[in-house]
Amino acid sequence: MSQAVLFDTPGPRARRTILVANVVGGLVAAGIVALVLWKLGQEGQLEASRWTSLFTSRAWTNFFLPGLQNTIVAALYSVVLAIVFGLVFGLGRLAPLAPVRWVAGIVVEFFRAVPVLIMMIALWIGLGYADVLPPADLPLVSVVVALTLYNGSIIAELVRSGVFGLPKGQREAAAAVGMTHNQSLRLVELPQALIAMLPSLMSQFVVILKDSALGSIITFNEFLQLSRQFGAAEGNMLQALVVCALVFILINWMLTKLADLVARRLSRRTAGSTRPQLTADNTGAVVGEVR
Amino acid sequence: MRNVRSVFALAAVAALSLAACTTDAGNPDASETTTDGGSEATSSDGASADCTGGEGSLRIGIKFDQPGLGFQDGSDYTGFDVDVAKYVACELGYGEDAIEFVSAPSAQRENMLQTGQVDMIFATYSITDARKEVVSFAGPYFVAGQDLLVLADNEDITGPEDLNGKNLCSVTGSTSAQKVKDTLASEVQLLEQPGYADCVTVLESGQVDAVTTDDIILAGLAATPANSGKFKVVGNPFSEENYGVGIPQDSDRCEDINTAITKMIDDGAWEEAVTANTEGTGYTPNAELNPPTPAACA
Amino acid sequence: MNLFEQVGFLFSSYNIPAAFWVNIQLTFWAAIGALVLGTALGVMRVSPVPSLRWLGTSYVTIFRNTPLTVIMLFGVLGVWSQLKITFSQDFTVNFFIYAVVGLGLYHAAFVCEAVRSGINTVPLGQAEAARAIGLPFIPAARLVLLPQAFRGAVAPLGNVLIALIKNSTVAAAASVATETSSVMRAMIDQNGNLVVLIFMIFAVGYVILVVPVGVLTTSLSRKLAVSR
Repeated sequence: MSQAVLFDTPGPRARRTILVANVVGGLVAAGIVALVLWKLGQEGQLEASRWTSLFTSRAWTNFFLPGLQNTIVAALYSVVLAIVFGLVFGLGRLAPLAPVRWVAGIVVEFFRAVPVLIMMIALWIGLGYADVLPPADLPLVSVVVALTLYNGSIIAELVRSGVFGLPKGQREAAAAVGMTHNQSLRLVELPQALIAMLPSLMSQFVVILKDSALGSIITFNEFLQLSRQFGAAEGNMLQALVVCALVFILINWMLTKLADLVARRLSRRTAGSTRPQLTADNTGAVVGEVR
Repeated sequence: MRNVRSVFALAAVAALSLAACTTDAGNPDASETTTDGGSEATSSDGASADCTGGEGSLRIGIKFDQPGLGFQDGSDYTGFDVDVAKYVACELGYGEDAIEFVSAPSAQRENMLQTGQVDMIFATYSITDARKEVVSFAGPYFVAGQDLLVLADNEDITGPEDLNGKNLCSVTGSTSAQKVKDTLASEVQLLEQPGYADCVTVLESGQVDAVTTDDIILAGLAATPANSGKFKVVGNPFSEENYGVGIPQDSDRCEDINTAITKMIDDGAWEEAVTANTEGTGYTPNAELNPPTPAACA
Repeated sequence: MNLFEQVGFLFSSYNIPAAFWVNIQLTFWAAIGALVLGTALGVMRVSPVPSLRWLGTSYVTIFRNTPLTVIMLFGVLGVWSQLKITFSQDFTVNFFIYAVVGLGLYHAAFVCEAVRSGINTVPLGQAEAARAIGLPFIPAARLVLLPQAFRGAVAPLGNVLIALIKNSTVAAAASVATETSSVMRAMIDQNGNLVVLIFMIFAVGYVILVVPVGVLTTSLSRKLAVSR
């Protein structure tokens, strides 16, 4: 709904009030920022030496870039595997056979409910005891498996809600031209549901990128972990964290923008809704839009 | 053959202040008597010509994230554990090119040895009876003790008993801080951080009064250039941690490693490594227990 | 030991319900904070004042795109350690509050998005009608828009709550050592042979916490949905 109807275009008096409020608000904000900076200066956090080391080639070639690479590699593995997992179990929940639906439902609901961090820690230590993998690979594998199981179950729900979210007429039209349930699903509903899902999948990639930072807790050398390692070596932990946060924000912001763009482009090619569903960070996307 | 060479090298150090293998690990006698002593104290870099004889390569587990002990900086590895590892590897016949350093987080060390992922581990690895049931140890090459790191100008805290009413930082899941609270200072407040470097950041701001873990780890952290002069190790260790070289139970290297450690201690390279990695913190290892004599191999 | 003895041993050696209770408390307080802040942000984003809209958008962009772990670390290393903002002299209380604040700030961004999606379900005519009877922005939002928006936002808000329950485990990064992931880690460290069982205990615990919330909010959203 357009917000323009919510209020009149501000008139001269309202504009003046807004201007005054903006100036006052701006001054207060500037005051707070100044206070924070002054305090940080007192603590020596603004010393040039703590910041300049962030812009050396060593910082980037030895720490930030390898970390970013590991983060992205883990995220890519996870998203590909999660899509496979999601398709299998999402279709499982749409299967004509009741027991298949139940099993798929239980698996999906289970992995949606368990915190990713809990899965990561258990996998990391558990796989270590089980002695099935080279220990050097344990952190990556634990991160990828945990992210796959969780995000895969979210994608499974996206698949299901994508199919359910299509207008009834699509199914009816398929039936009218003589397609069976399976044909209708395969030829009419799924292709449209998958296209409609794409933007949501991209927002899910943002979730995966962010959650991969949990890997730092299990010694996975991802971006946060190596940022912290650089901070440890240079005695500028806080400054290294600032770089880490800014890079995460930048990448995720660009991905979100891209998802919006793709959503607008694709909306003509499907009867489903392409708006990225509200996967509040780690939440399910079961409902998305309430119609 | 290897032993023969070691003995020869030992004699050479004593007699000539010059040993084939120690040219790269520092030359203490020379640096005491002459000002232009050939190699730098800190370094174990630059492959020595004489680290030969080993077959293939050697996979050594170290910490990657502990400045002053085992730290990865791109393709460089630094710290006390790394220096000892390089020295021992050289004695076993492996030059730096033949060493492959592998990250060995605390939780995975036994597992890495049992599954043969690494040939040896130098990673602040305390020798304990429980661990001996599944892995073997050479050494110890260092005796650490749990200690406290405080601001350089702090005079009130001289030991764990002074921590009542104070704030103490340690890493998440570590038992060292809990031990202080349970047995030495029940009134202490604990902060848990993901790493010791985070603790040091908080210590610098004054929000905690001390950081606790093994003294050499604290000294190594405080010795990084950015922290230099800001912190000191209290120097009143209240536990005894014998750092050993973890090796698989079927390994036949124990004796050779012990010989190498003894040699490193005798020719002064050991002390050089300790000093170089803890410089500027006023830290000296517990003199009653250091340098240690490696225990007999099982 | 058979399975029952193992479960008995684990429950008698560790206070598992207490660990879950910490996460429930974290969730409870953070949910209140996130709901209040998130709703305010949501209203800001549709308000007549451009600077407020900009503020709301910037807040969401920053907090939605930063990993929660990083936010928690900033809380302790930046705000507490450098700015010296202390909520309590007692560390346990202090860091609990820091964890609540971190969780609240992070999830407020998602509450804001949920509220906005709720506002999007309100037909244009409702706002037009509110304006037609002379209501200015705030009363129009308070009396007409938000009540309907919240009904539309129940399901996404339920999703935020579920996320919050699970994300409360990240409080470990803010020195809250009594919550579930820390306790589970200690248990696995000490009883490596029981790792599968220990994981299942905690996993089932979360299923028990999360599934009813999901069922409840789904049925609530159906019940409250404004039929149009």
